Amino acid sequence: MTRRYTTLSALAVLFLFPLVWSGWASFEDPSNYLEMARFGEGVGTYATNSVLVSAMTVAGTLVVAALGGYAFARFDFPGKNLLFLATLAILMVPYATILIPLYVLLGYLGLQNSLVGLSLVFVMFQLPFALFMMRNAFEAVPRELEEAAMVDGCGTFLAFLRVLLPAVRPALVTVGLFAFLASWNDFFAPLILLNDGASFTLPVAVVSMTQQTFGAIDYGVLQAGVMVMALPCLILFVLLQRHYVRGFMSGALRG
Amino acid sequence: MRLTAARSRRAMGWVYAAPTALIVGVLFLAPLVLVVWMSLHRWPLLGSAAFNAPANYLKIAGNPLFLDAVLFTLKYTVITTVLLSLVALGLALLVQERRPGITFFRTAFFLPGAVGFAAAALLFYGLLNNDFGPIDPLLRAVGLIDEPVKWIGTPDMALFSTIALVVWRFAGFNMLILLTGLQAIPVEVYEAARSDGAGRWQIFTRITLPLLRPTLALMLILSVTGSLLAFDQFFVFTNGGPDNSTVSMVMVIYREAFFRFDLGGAAALSVVLLVALVGLNALMMRRLR
Repeated sequence: MTRRYTTLSALAVLFLFPLVWSGWASFEDPSNYLEMARFGEGVGTYATNSVLVSAMTVAGTLVVAALGGYAFARFDFPGKNLLFLATLAILMVPYATILIPLYVLLGYLGLQNSLVGLSLVFVMFQLPFALFMMRNAFEAVPRELEEAAMVDGCGTFLAFLRVLLPAVRPALVTVGLFAFLASWNDFFAPLILLNDGASFTLPVAVVSMTQQTFGAIDYGVLQAGVMVMALPCLILFVLLQRHYVRGFMSGALRG
Repeated sequence: MRLTAARSRRAMGWVYAAPTALIVGVLFLAPLVLVVWMSLHRWPLLGSAAFNAPANYLKIAGNPLFLDAVLFTLKYTVITTVLLSLVALGLALLVQERRPGITFFRTAFFLPGAVGFAAAALLFYGLLNNDFGPIDPLLRAVGLIDEPVKWIGTPDMALFSTIALVVWRFAGFNMLILLTGLQAIPVEVYEAARSDGAGRWQIFTRITLPLLRPTLALMLILSVTGSLLAFDQFFVFTNGGPDNSTVSMVMVIYREAFFRFDLGGAAALSVVLLVALVGLNALMMRRLR
């Protein structure tokens, strides 16, 4: 019994040590953060880009997946199964494979080097999980609830807004959390789809800072960059852990 | 009357599904067709495309960087998947039962997974630096090493350090997947086994492992797929070095497109990777499930 706790504690130290060290190394000299703030276009620009992309991704994913989930849970329409399968197929296709043509395609649409274009791509990558999650959530809501609302004179859309959406709020939080973590942290998609320094998101900006100054890099400043990226996720995860774990339990990953 | 109501309901269904259809159609299906189309063309990053099939496919066989990357990525995938699965299984077994404080340990093991992969790679870049990082001084203090360790200075060490980073970052994620499987095993099964006099090892090999099989399969498929598509860890942490010894398949595709400005070649490599991966996934699902 105590042996198990000793093992657990040793492992916890092993897993937490790098995070604690990074925080310590960056805060040890607060000027690390000032230096970080002055880098390139200014860390404020990159942080704003990251916040914008995450906000658009979360909002876009919630709207598309909530409407779509409602359609798949409550309506029959031609092509329903085909569309569902096509959405799940996104999981089967390697990230890299689809980003090269997306780079060209977004160019055709005038969305190259655009935060909106990047967010739309993130929404697409989130859809299999989000749609699956929302469909299951809507299916779990008793039909009587919305039928009662419709008898009261609500159309399907009002019933959806006033009765169904509040009933699936936990699922919305889970979907939103996954969308935030994915879009805030992703490195590969912005690396390919953004090509102007002023529109970089944090991960691309901090990595390019490292690679431009290779050898002469100030490691304290670098860890300040790591913390700027990591802290929002760590805090959000600790606060919303329950919702994150539900994403796993729902079996949505099996999609 | 009923007929029109049913018809209007079907139309409503399409209205709600329209945003999904639009996103999937424009941003997934269209690029999927486009990547095949591009692979049939000489398609420079700037300038106009010209049909040249099957040149992009033929030159893959003569691309030594890609062939090396295939071997390297396979080696990385095997080692990572084995290590990651063992660590994740160990962690999941340690935290599967509810006891006081267990939530803290679950959170501690998962927390690295909340950090972005690029950020985690930069973190390790500092952590393992000989002068700035704490690992070398720690190892020296306990007498394990006498001189600085070349953490990313030799091909083998770069691979080893990258795997350490990946295990740290993803062990908790895989632990969570396995926990969902472990918690689906009814307590009665364990109780019955125990009352039949089964020991802990017997319970593990005869009950836990077989009942966990579908979840283990899911974890293996995710780990193999993720490792075969490795990019961030090598791009950020080792930058493919030393001497191109840690260049993964996806890194070659990226270089082909954005350093050699050959989108057609990158598209052909993408198509090959896509077909291989879909095939492998189908095979794994059939064999493992």
